[in-house]
Amino acid sequence: MDPTPFIGLSAILFTIGCIGVLVRRNAIVIFMCVELMLNASNLALVTFARVHGNLDGQVAAFFVMVVAAAEVVVGLAIIMTIFRTRRSASVDDASLLKY
Amino acid sequence: MTTLAVSPLLSESVGDFTKPSIEYFDLSPLLIIIGVALAGVIVEAFVPRRLRYVVQTLVAVVGTIAALVMTVFVALGLEPRGDNAGFGAIAAEGAIAVDGPTVFLWGTILVLTLISVFLFAERHLEGGVTAFAGQAAALPGTEAEREASTKGLEHTEVFPLMMFAVAGMLLFPASNDLITMFVALEILSLPLYLLCGLARRRRLLSQEAALKYFMLGAFSSGFFLYGIALVYGYAGSMNLGDIAEAVSGTIGADPLLLGGIGLLAVGLLFKVGAAPFHAWTPDVYQGAPTAVTAFMAACTKVAAFGALLRLFYVGFGAARWDWTPMIWVVAILTMATGCVLALTQSDIKRMLAYSSIAHAGFILTGFVGLNAVATPGTAELTSLQAVLFYLVTYGFMTIGAFAVVTVVRDSSGEATHLSRWSGLGKESPFVAGVFAFFLLGMAGIPLTSGFTGKWAVFTSAWQGGAWPLVVVAALLSAVAAFFYIRVIVLMYFSDPVGEGPTVVMPSVLTTIVIAVGFAATVALGVVPGPVLDLAAHAGQFVR
Repeated sequence: MDPTPFIGLSAILFTIGCIGVLVRRNAIVIFMCVELMLNASNLALVTFARVHGNLDGQVAAFFVMVVAAAEVVVGLAIIMTIFRTRRSASVDDASLLKY
Repeated sequence: MTTLAVSPLLSESVGDFTKPSIEYFDLSPLLIIIGVALAGVIVEAFVPRRLRYVVQTLVAVVGTIAALVMTVFVALGLEPRGDNAGFGAIAAEGAIAVDGPTVFLWGTILVLTLISVFLFAERHLEGGVTAFAGQAAALPGTEAEREASTKGLEHTEVFPLMMFAVAGMLLFPASNDLITMFVALEILSLPLYLLCGLARRRRLLSQEAALKYFMLGAFSSGFFLYGIALVYGYAGSMNLGDIAEAVSGTIGADPLLLGGIGLLAVGLLFKVGAAPFHAWTPDVYQGAPTAVTAFMAACTKVAAFGALLRLFYVGFGAARWDWTPMIWVVAILTMATGCVLALTQSDIKRMLAYSSIAHAGFILTGFVGLNAVATPGTAELTSLQAVLFYLVTYGFMTIGAFAVVTVVRDSSGEATHLSRWSGLGKESPFVAGVFAFFLLGMAGIPLTSGFTGKWAVFTSAWQGGAWPLVVVAALLSAVAAFFYIRVIVLMYFSDPVGEGPTVVMPSVLTTIVIAVGFAATVALGVVPGPVLDLAAHAGQFVR
């Protein structure tokens, strides 16, 4: 199996996620972009597991999914609190702490 | 019929199941802390509200002490590996390394946790309730929030959350494979994100701190994970020992390996708060409840540096020449950012945050130091041992300093603006004196632990050939001394502005924290020998 297309796709997804975090302003969208980065890593892990013919990468992908789910729980709780307080999920509005 | 046809195939593909061996004794400190955290959740569910605070505090304190005692037993039971290769063994089927440095870091983290629990449990300063939000779900400035505060509600969930974070911190520097390290990183971080948003006062700042910490933390763990994927692609294994073998067997630079090292470094340097990944530190340290700031400034840094050292020394030790230049650049940037930006701060917690960034830079200086002692048994310190010692000194000074910040207050809570600290020496010479001592310690004045810590990392870096780094570090230490001493001058030689700051008498809990921090800073400065010996006897990481 030639892993290049899969690794290429995962690198593209990772880059999209990374750029999304940097340019988007809505906390929920930023969070979705982080999830995209995690899933890009999953794709890479599973591809490399196939290349090396062992299961480490596939097991790791499961761990990452669980961790991502836990992160959603914590992250959405924090974003919801901010949204209820400020009526906005824009990260530009949260600017009391600076300098 | 179908089951008969399938089952031989299944048993063939799965193979014989062998029971994994778990070294319960070696892992007991970690398991106790996880148990304490789970017990805390159960207490939260079943114990009546008025008893919860006492029960949760007791569970946390007793559990931490039990874990500490077990750490001592584990340390005494470590087997030498022979041939000067350190002590200890790889436990849990290769996932966790219980060796000298691990046990040393466990002990450090647990002692710092113990005194942080006291800070969390402090109730005198807010008039009978803890410094955490009465009802985190109630919006700031609403009827619900007022009701929660008149009823005297408090979130005792902070104790189990803290214990979960401690479990992650214990696992982080001990993890011997990359996926364990990633899981530990998340167990460490997720409760801390929540704790940051739970301040009773200045809740908007606190929630904003939680949001920023979470966003940037999740972003950096994305990098860390992609780094894991690349290194796994390179080595074909997650295990640090196997990675080390693959690295030493490679000639020339492999892009997968270099990319992986870079991305893993981003994730770890973010956690230690090194420039250019430090942007979250001042905001989060300022916004979070001060008890949480003290806890994470000390313990997270200890755990993250432990993991950084293990990953780079064990996993990527053979690629040292590839990553050393990167650490040089990051160390200089970090020290410069921390020292220079701290000069311009007007908030005491923010200034301490930049000071902690500067300390991360000093520790990184030691990180590129002496690889191994040339002649065993001499007084030379390897960089691992120097960093371990520095982490102890830094942890106690930091918790002590933040504990002092919690007692200097005005009508709106903690008086964190620097102008409110002017004339503190007249208001309370004792508190101002203790704080001045912590600042002198951080500046690295002789006879404080800060001096011996700096001396240890700088000598190890010098002997390792990183003398330009030491010169830069020494110059920037002088810059750092300026902003520490500026605060001392402010406290003693300026007149109070307006009504001036007041020092609220804390309960015995915070007093213990300040006393322990003070005693450790004096003791490690005057007689550093025992702890230095302990660090030196921790030996090397096992592979």
